[in-house]
Amino acid sequence: MINSITSLNFTKNMSRESWVNLLLLVVIVSVPIIATLMDEVYYVNLSTRIIIIAMAAVGLNFALGFGGMVSFGHAAFFGLGGYVAGIAAFHSFEGTLFLGLIPASDQMLLIWPVALLGAAMIALLIGAISLRTQGVYFIMITLAFAQMIYYFSISLTTYGGEDGLSIILRNNFAIGNSNNPLHFFALCFFALLMSLWLSHRMVGSRFGAALTMAKLNETRLATAGIEPYSIRLVAFVVSAMITAFAGALFADLNGFVDPSMLSWHRSGEIIVIVVLGGVGRLFGPIAGAIAFVLLETFLGGFTDRWQLFLGLVLLGVVLFARGGLIGLMTGNARHG
Amino acid sequence: MTLALTLEQLLNGIQFGVMLFLMASGLTLIFGVMGLINLAHGSLYMVGAFVCAYVTGITGSFWLGLLAGALGAAIMGVIVEVLVIRRLYQRDHLDQVLATFALILILSEGTALVFGSQPLWLDIPSVLKGSIELGSVVYPVYRILIIIVGVLVALGLYLLISRTRIGMKIRAGENDREMIGALGVNISVLYTFVFAVGAALAGLAGSLVGALQSVEVGMGEPVLILAFVVIVIGGIGSIKGALIGAMLVGIVDTLGRVLLPSFFQWFMEPSAAASVGSALASMLIYLLMAIILAIKPKGLFPAND
Repeated sequence: MINSITSLNFTKNMSRESWVNLLLLVVIVSVPIIATLMDEVYYVNLSTRIIIIAMAAVGLNFALGFGGMVSFGHAAFFGLGGYVAGIAAFHSFEGTLFLGLIPASDQMLLIWPVALLGAAMIALLIGAISLRTQGVYFIMITLAFAQMIYYFSISLTTYGGEDGLSIILRNNFAIGNSNNPLHFFALCFFALLMSLWLSHRMVGSRFGAALTMAKLNETRLATAGIEPYSIRLVAFVVSAMITAFAGALFADLNGFVDPSMLSWHRSGEIIVIVVLGGVGRLFGPIAGAIAFVLLETFLGGFTDRWQLFLGLVLLGVVLFARGGLIGLMTGNARHG
Repeated sequence: MTLALTLEQLLNGIQFGVMLFLMASGLTLIFGVMGLINLAHGSLYMVGAFVCAYVTGITGSFWLGLLAGALGAAIMGVIVEVLVIRRLYQRDHLDQVLATFALILILSEGTALVFGSQPLWLDIPSVLKGSIELGSVVYPVYRILIIIVGVLVALGLYLLISRTRIGMKIRAGENDREMIGALGVNISVLYTFVFAVGAALAGLAGSLVGALQSVEVGMGEPVLILAFVVIVIGGIGSIKGALIGAMLVGIVDTLGRVLLPSFFQWFMEPSAAASVGSALASMLIYLLMAIILAIKPKGLFPAND
């Protein structure tokens, strides 16, 4: 059991958690604006990176935090979204056809539905098989499927194989200029808000109640006439779609996709971000992503061995701070 | 493909399977007895390989290095168990995954700090360098040694678990942890012992493989994932399942790597066929695992849980 109630529990801690959430949003919006005024593009892009990684974790948090499904393969969906954006950009730059059949577009509004649909179909397939298993088996089979897709991405010699694929021109959005760092940040921030709103609404709905009950007591849910399997499957697919969306944005941010976007290390990192922030808390992924990217950037700039410190921090959080960062900040270390 | 080549690849598959068994048996034992999912098992493999390469480099004796590799990994296993792992037995799988993921980062970076980031090379004694003829196949002695070691370990584990007093406690621990505690067995010592045995096997595997490839940071991770595939196929907690799963994965993976690229050469350019074939061969065992789990969600030999 990871946590007892959904993230929006109406206890007296609720107000404090909302204040922390609001503070997180204010910080994350004001940093890139101030950075733009000071002409520090680097910090704008760093904020965008945080936003996108947070969004990938929002996706996983939906399955893991609210549905109790420990997916160790979400990097596959992240990479899938990335490859859709990368391949679209590649073909529209070269003026060639995808598989020699389909004309490519560099319009994000066309690329995203393809990425979401692709992720949904793959997640449906993976989920349908994986959700037959539970516990460690579920962790391992999602890992195995992600590895399969990872090796598949290496076999894509047209798109760079192991070396990856450069996106020479960033894909375009209908309004604004996606190459302007602040515009692109705004776009990603809007996408993050959408994904937060979606998880919030779904968790608060009848579906969310069923999902929480599937985690807490599946027999009881089944007795109420709702099949836990299909509830979980839908949640898994939605979760994968959010993460794939983040992947498509990540590829455009970096101007590059490669198989490491799908590696099992990446899957581990997404779990780390969810747990660092606080499992099953709506804004947990944002806190987790801020902490993770800052650790990576600043410790990484200071020592090559930054992962040693990441490991120590993570170990400390798992062993001693079970509510994650949001739990620490709200003084509400919910135990699961 | 000739018969001799097929036989040779089959032997390679068995040798790979044996190595996977050394890893998987420890993992499955630790899961079966303590209910712990240990991602850091690959790091113990790496520690074993580094200690073996280091000791072999200093003393000049590979046999001493092999012993040191297994012992070094066991000692590291005990340290890790006492400091961290012990606190995880009562936690859920998510906490175990995360804490042991953290251990991977710490042990990898720690090893790089102690031994440097350059890969080390292990030299095997000249006795083991040659090849021998097995019928129509000429096969390296060293790989045969690995197969023999694997068979001995499998036999030893079988005897340890089914014929000794400590094995009886391990089996009892798998069935009912509270009860054997109540009967006066010191559970925490038993757990540390099981963890150390698993770590020693991983260290032995790392030391043996270290002579076939370079000894470097991160070498444990691909093996770790394969070992997980093995125990999931075999049924987590079952040593018999680990043995059969390891052989299955070893042989399918090795033969797939040889057969698929030549299969793709029928309708692709040789260079493209080689890269596509080998990438798809890497997918093969995951496909095998997905099929097996879709039919038997608890693996081939589900242990009682």
